[in-house]
Amino acid sequence: MSKIICAAAIRGAHAIVDRVEKKVNDAVAKFGEDKEVKLPNTGYYLPVIYGILGHKVETLGDMKPVLERCRELLPPQVEEQLWVPYLGHALDAGMATLFAYDMEEALKYLEDPIPYVTGEDPTEDNIWLGAADDVIMRKRGVEFVDGSAPGFAAVVGSAPDNETAVKIAKELQEKGIYVFMASEHNGKTFAEQLVEAGVQVGWPTRLVPFGRDTSAAIHAVGFATRAAMAFGGVKPGDYAGILRYNKNRIFAFVLALGEVTDEWYAAAAGAINYGFPTIADSDIPQILVTGICTYEHVVSNVPHEQIVSKAIEVRGLKIQISKIDIPVSYSPAFEGERIGRDAMHVELGGPKADGFEFCRMLELDQVEDGKFEVIGPDLDEMEVGKTYPIGIWVEVAGRNMQPDFEPILERQIHHLLNGAEGILHIGQRDILWMRVSKKAYEAGLRLSHFGTILHAKFHNEFGKILDKVQVRIYTEPEKVKELIEEARKTYRERESRLGAMTDETVETFYSCLLCQSFAPDHVCVISPERPGLCGAYNWLDGKAAYEINPTGPNQPVKKGDVIDEKLGQWSGVNEYVYQNSHESVTSFSAYSLMVDPMTSCGCFEAIVVLLPMANAVMVVDRDFPGMTPCGMPFSTLAGSVGGGAQTPGFVGISKFYIGSKKFISAEGGILRVAWMPKHLKESLKEVIQKRGEEEGVPDLYDKIATEEDATTEEEVMEFMQKVGHPALEMDPMM
Amino acid sequence: MAKLREIQDVTICETTAEMLKKARDTGLSTAFDRADEMAACPIGAKSACCKHCVMGPCRLSSKAPYDKVGVCGATIDTLQARNFARMVAAGTAAHSDHGREMSELFLSIAKGENPDYQIRDEAKLLAVAKDLGVETEGREVKDVAVEVAEICLSQFGQQHGPLKFLERAPEIRYKRWQDLGLLPRGVDREVVEMMHRTAMGVDQDYKNLTLGAARCALADGWGGSMVSTELSDIMFGTPKPIRGEVDLGVLDANKVNVVVHGHEPHMLDKLCELAEDPEMLAKAKEAGAEGINLVGMCCSGNEQLIRRGLKHAGNFMQCDAVIITGAVDGMMVDVQCIQQGLASLSKCFHTKFFTTNYRCKIEGAEHIEFHGTENARQAGVELLTKAIENFKNRDASKVTIPDTREQMIGGFSHETINYMLGGTFRGSYTPLNDNIINGRIRGVAGVVGCTNPRVKHDWVHYELVKELLANDVLVVQTGCSAITMAKMGFMQPEAAAKYCGPGLREVCEAVGMPPVLHSGACVDNSRILVAVSEMVKTGGLGDDISDLPVAGAAPEYMSEKAIAIGHYFVASGVFTVFGVTFPAIEGTKWAEYLFGGIEEDLGGKWAFESDPNKMAALMIDHINKKREALGIHKKKERVLFDMEARRQLEV
Repeated sequence: MSKIICAAAIRGAHAIVDRVEKKVNDAVAKFGEDKEVKLPNTGYYLPVIYGILGHKVETLGDMKPVLERCRELLPPQVEEQLWVPYLGHALDAGMATLFAYDMEEALKYLEDPIPYVTGEDPTEDNIWLGAADDVIMRKRGVEFVDGSAPGFAAVVGSAPDNETAVKIAKELQEKGIYVFMASEHNGKTFAEQLVEAGVQVGWPTRLVPFGRDTSAAIHAVGFATRAAMAFGGVKPGDYAGILRYNKNRIFAFVLALGEVTDEWYAAAAGAINYGFPTIADSDIPQILVTGICTYEHVVSNVPHEQIVSKAIEVRGLKIQISKIDIPVSYSPAFEGERIGRDAMHVELGGPKADGFEFCRMLELDQVEDGKFEVIGPDLDEMEVGKTYPIGIWVEVAGRNMQPDFEPILERQIHHLLNGAEGILHIGQRDILWMRVSKKAYEAGLRLSHFGTILHAKFHNEFGKILDKVQVRIYTEPEKVKELIEEARKTYRERESRLGAMTDETVETFYSCLLCQSFAPDHVCVISPERPGLCGAYNWLDGKAAYEINPTGPNQPVKKGDVIDEKLGQWSGVNEYVYQNSHESVTSFSAYSLMVDPMTSCGCFEAIVVLLPMANAVMVVDRDFPGMTPCGMPFSTLAGSVGGGAQTPGFVGISKFYIGSKKFISAEGGILRVAWMPKHLKESLKEVIQKRGEEEGVPDLYDKIATEEDATTEEEVMEFMQKVGHPALEMDPMM
Repeated sequence: MAKLREIQDVTICETTAEMLKKARDTGLSTAFDRADEMAACPIGAKSACCKHCVMGPCRLSSKAPYDKVGVCGATIDTLQARNFARMVAAGTAAHSDHGREMSELFLSIAKGENPDYQIRDEAKLLAVAKDLGVETEGREVKDVAVEVAEICLSQFGQQHGPLKFLERAPEIRYKRWQDLGLLPRGVDREVVEMMHRTAMGVDQDYKNLTLGAARCALADGWGGSMVSTELSDIMFGTPKPIRGEVDLGVLDANKVNVVVHGHEPHMLDKLCELAEDPEMLAKAKEAGAEGINLVGMCCSGNEQLIRRGLKHAGNFMQCDAVIITGAVDGMMVDVQCIQQGLASLSKCFHTKFFTTNYRCKIEGAEHIEFHGTENARQAGVELLTKAIENFKNRDASKVTIPDTREQMIGGFSHETINYMLGGTFRGSYTPLNDNIINGRIRGVAGVVGCTNPRVKHDWVHYELVKELLANDVLVVQTGCSAITMAKMGFMQPEAAAKYCGPGLREVCEAVGMPPVLHSGACVDNSRILVAVSEMVKTGGLGDDISDLPVAGAAPEYMSEKAIAIGHYFVASGVFTVFGVTFPAIEGTKWAEYLFGGIEEDLGGKWAFESDPNKMAALMIDHINKKREALGIHKKKERVLFDMEARRQLEV
């Protein structure tokens, strides 16, 4: 019964707070109260403390009031007889535990060396990743938004053996669920078990090793807390909002593998505050009554073969998996899987051979649904370790199919094939590069299975627009050479068709409300010349999505009367935005940074920021971790832009939009750009040059400063003077 | 002389039985025996008489109620409705005069003019301020407190506009009152108006009278009583779960036993402080006692039991018994439920019996006046000193302290319930509603009210609560009824395993709560109004209090205050059952309305049933009916959420 659990959690919390208090005191003695303490590249400080208490921990001294709060929260121990109600007490003890863990883990970043690896992937000698920075959080957060990651499992302890660990992990991966790993049982951790069994761990495969200590599980909670602030627009300190957001949006749960200690109970009590239940494999008491979590709170003694399905049921998750008849596992979780040279059976396309993929529509009677052909040698006829050309030729037909949808379907091939375990897919169109792993080959994977995957997934996801799918895979070198030319012809036609399309040539834009599940008041308006700020949805995507699901998150928006051509304001668009932002945004400019700019959810690829003294703007993308001339790094900027708020002078955008003629055209467009991170600038080189020429500044590319030229607004201005930046001559922005 | 009942038919309380036996053996008169000796007036019991003017008094027949009318022509329905309405007005006046006393005390504290008391719960002050629309941002606590005090005080004399706390009710409920013209204005105005309307030759429409009485009763529950509860929490602390001990066994043979009986909590609060004062303790030592044993009784006792864990000697019908122990050195009373017989009974022992309030003097009792706003400490010291000095007069040969007392957990304020179901960060009523919806808890019952010598003491409460728990009905209690169940051990968390159905037991075990929740004194029934409103606001159980699967009962009531309470619950939409007897003639139009038709107007109705098992059945039937109307009577499939479904959830 819950008395045992609550008593243990309260005991555990006392011990944890005692321990962390000592560690903080030791650190203060060693480094002093003013010693800066922070997690890598985040605008959210120690995120659990910041989110729940609204308190910024920036120095060791800032931890003192948090420790005091922990002490206030710690309840008395549960009496043997005549006890007072312990549930609320245990939940408070759990919260104190989370605050203590947040500090304990932050202290690790003062150690030399830091016990964690930075980035998405473990290294040879250290598998532990510690806190995710904001770049990872935002990138992965999008997957939580669109549902491709239905939730996460915080796994503590270890399975009885490696084989069981792999089975559990794979089952979670197959369902797209992230696996956050911490703590040990019997001296073993779940993450180590996976690594020993040769499973690739790290963010790309959704198997994330946080740390060996139980305290490292806080990084899962920190991720969830930041998601509420970054995507949900919940304000720091609005603990009720943060916890409700997590209960109703982030479908997470704890899998406790092994003996449940007082410390685990304390952490589990903390998780219950977030609506995350615990499912244990050991024979501990249960709390089955509902109320804090969606359903049960603690469910125990669950056999390993049932533990994942039980966890999903307890959390109240519905996951639709279309079973694909292939001999390997299939899930978005495998999209990030790497296949090294040693592990690869063969390579297809890539730098050393031709490779392309192509999708076109035909008449209904020209397509035989489910027909897969392999023209040329199949995998079992190829030499191990060698490279072969490949052409993936997909033909679809359907009553609602349109030529405009061809490139959309074609673009899906990348992630659809990548989802199969043992298939690596990089690039698109005629820069295709694939690998098939030895394991997948040995499991029976053949090229015709590419057809099986595309057929099943196309039907599953695009059944509204297509009725038939047939696939041919070419590995015959001559045939590939011949068809790649045919495909290229079509690629060019499509480009010119899309290029000719402007905001003026259409009467209807499309909305994207997908992110409203995370940012309730945010509305994306997608026009031909301005894709969604996440970069994942352009106007055609919006149109297709609407055809596929007429009541879905992408809706047609009639432009209506022009209110202001320069700003890009239309009566129909304003009305739509007003209604769908729940009356929080009254008007919207498609082309302006300064007047009624578009709101942001949190998924944006980059942010445009006004540099007021320079009379110019800077653009920073989320991969740039450093300080920017506006005085804030991306992570901090993102915090002030996201959450559905309209902030003149700041706007979240897709990288593609930078090359659009409508890019902040109300303020003078691309000529206003005075600073960008170097890697972003280089990746957009062609576009910037082209746009510069069009705007009469052919050397614009060289006039944009990077972090190598300037890190402050003053330095940007100096650089502008030096190169004669066009913005110097332009009208004042403010 | 009528034959006395066998003691086992008088009470199921062991200590009371023991003292009753001692009384009978020594020839002392008690209320129990006087009840046997004096049959209740059969005409009054049925409310068939009227003495509102001197053309009468008129009496009609309860057997043939429509055969006669009064001299003025008043029908049986008018008589009953008028008598009932006057009881409501009297009850409302009692709670509200108590509430006014608390308001004046609070104002003196807020203004910094009363060093004897402090604001003990600032958080509650701010919460109440918010509900009253008092600005708190950037203001001194003192200024907020003064404004809160002034608004609370204004609730009594206000002439226009509805009482402030009514806004705590669900919107639909408020609208219903508004549509019926039942939003009470000032408390005093409603009481005065009721007295006027029930005077000779005024309101002679039984429905109009009964609805008018509803307005008056609402001024009690959502007005006077609520003001009292809220301000008492601010001044004396909001109750939190706390251990306590009840029954006559809390008396101590070696200490100065001081018993405080009555309703207003401030005198007892001051005495609690003084009983720990070194100077007073030294006096007690000097007097040859080991210390001071201060214990509460009745409702002021309840208030300090759930705030401080103060020992509690027993409920209303144990007041004779506590004196009969011969161990009480001083008994102080303030207002309400003070039986005159106590003064004469105490003279049979060394017990000094003090009245302390100018509104409540008793012939033959020593009077030491206590004014919270003026002389709290000084009067408290005088009272305690007199009790201490009296210790030496205790006659050991007359002392019988029963060895029975029971432990309990009390302190279930609205705030506690909110906290215990989710802690600081997730506190809410959601787990309660959730487990009602999923059927683990069938419903919630308020079992409250007095004890009454005309029924087997404590037995009706006990049988009723036992039956409710076995049927998974969570029980919330106040007043003397609460003390009954505390004595029976039902307020121990361990009781869940002993008495509850499997669903309720599981919830109690998950939360660590007893299945019977002690929420305070009779004035604190306002907490139940707040709680049921919160249940509605939490969602999933309908839009109005009358949609909830809840019911109320006062199984052994005796006071007019109980009638006022019952009527404000009915007027708030709660099905309410009273035991003992009911001042109504079955089958008359007024009785039919009160027990039936009124539900259409107010959403709640009255019922009368003296048998506890039948009473439980009525309540459970009502709860089942509400469950069915809500569609939660059948087990629901678990809802699993995909992305689309998640988007529908509130964040």
